[in-house]
Amino acid sequence: MKLVADGLAARRGNEMVFQGVGFALSAGEGMAVTGPNGAGKSTLLRVLAGFLRPAVGSVSMVDAPGGIADIAAHAHFLSPLNAMKPALTVRENLAFWRAFGEARAATPEAALERVGLGHAIDVPFSDLSTGQRRRAAIARLFVNRRPVWLLDEPTSGLDARAEATFAGIIADHLNHDGIVIAATHLPIDVPGMKKLRFTDGGGA
Amino acid sequence: MIALIVRDVRLGVRAGGGALIGILFYLAVVTVAPFAMGPDLNLLARIGPAILWTGALLASLLGLERLFQIDHEDGALDLLVIARHETPLALTVFAKCAAHWLVTGLPLVLVTPLLGLLLNMDAAAIGATALTLLVGTPAITFIGAAGAAVAVSLPRGGLLVSVIILPFTIPVLIFGVMATLGAVETFAPFLQPFTFLAALTLFFAVLGPFAAALALKGLQD
Repeated sequence: MKLVADGLAARRGNEMVFQGVGFALSAGEGMAVTGPNGAGKSTLLRVLAGFLRPAVGSVSMVDAPGGIADIAAHAHFLSPLNAMKPALTVRENLAFWRAFGEARAATPEAALERVGLGHAIDVPFSDLSTGQRRRAAIARLFVNRRPVWLLDEPTSGLDARAEATFAGIIADHLNHDGIVIAATHLPIDVPGMKKLRFTDGGGA
Repeated sequence: MIALIVRDVRLGVRAGGGALIGILFYLAVVTVAPFAMGPDLNLLARIGPAILWTGALLASLLGLERLFQIDHEDGALDLLVIARHETPLALTVFAKCAAHWLVTGLPLVLVTPLLGLLLNMDAAAIGATALTLLVGTPAITFIGAAGAAVAVSLPRGGLLVSVIILPFTIPVLIFGVMATLGAVETFAPFLQPFTFLAALTLFFAVLGPFAAALALKGLQD
């Protein structure tokens, strides 16, 4: 299994956000995308996830399970929005995503334990603090097994301890032959992560 | 897919879901009509089905823009789209429509008998109106899904959605009222308009979700 991006360029309006971005990640490899605000980190992730069409270039999965080349079929996408319903409890939210997807993995209880939020399982999502909401959103990555994780500012709102836990989670996913692409302006402390740096001029 | 229906129904009936607003609007339209028409009981009974259908149609349009907007705002729509290889997007839209109808459309059908009494309609006319609404209102939701998907990224798309889909709902209204009249009056046919109504619902149950899925997939933020 290999994720290959070749000569990517993306446009926002008439302006090129970035161009000439290419990389290949095999199972077990991660990449941190860094750069200043507005450099195109989120745009890159949205292109990879298939929400935006690249202006030039292509993205595909090579030798993927099931033979589907579209990354969307293999990826979790964690956007800055948490995709949780405030009116439902954390358990109900996670149980929904677990039931909606295939390859069901951890139960909501187990997933929340991994992000240290087991005690808040029956609390309405709206009652959680910003950092707890983020952790609940991260717990969603465990309820369905998908090899590719596309993470957009995954650590925003997390405190130092939760950040360390999260670095461990990523390292663990890479050890299990996952692929992680994380866009972040703060460095994530995971050994062996590749780095892709965006600059304001749009180069990389 | 079942999980999505259960979640949306749960969200709809919990506080803030807005399920009651449609019923209140329906009630408002139907109670105001007699004041405008005057106290002629026979007239009211005769045009009662038309008033009920008009009220139900407008009430169904009311909450439609929320169909995808909330999921769009909290990021869930992205995840529904990215899961399209597991659950095809058209099926996802269909499930959302089904849940939306259960929460907003079905209650309209259920309160129809009560509102029929307010209009001096007899039992047969009330039953016929409720039946045609039961068969016809899903079509409005399915048509609305396409409009809601087109307008999802617009900040105030509510009125726009109604304006976009209103023309497409006119046939549903026409056949719905025709079938109701056919069930009550001896000179008018019932079965033909009723089967047309059912056909419209089935037709839009397929076309609406596919059109909405196409619009959602093409959504470029």
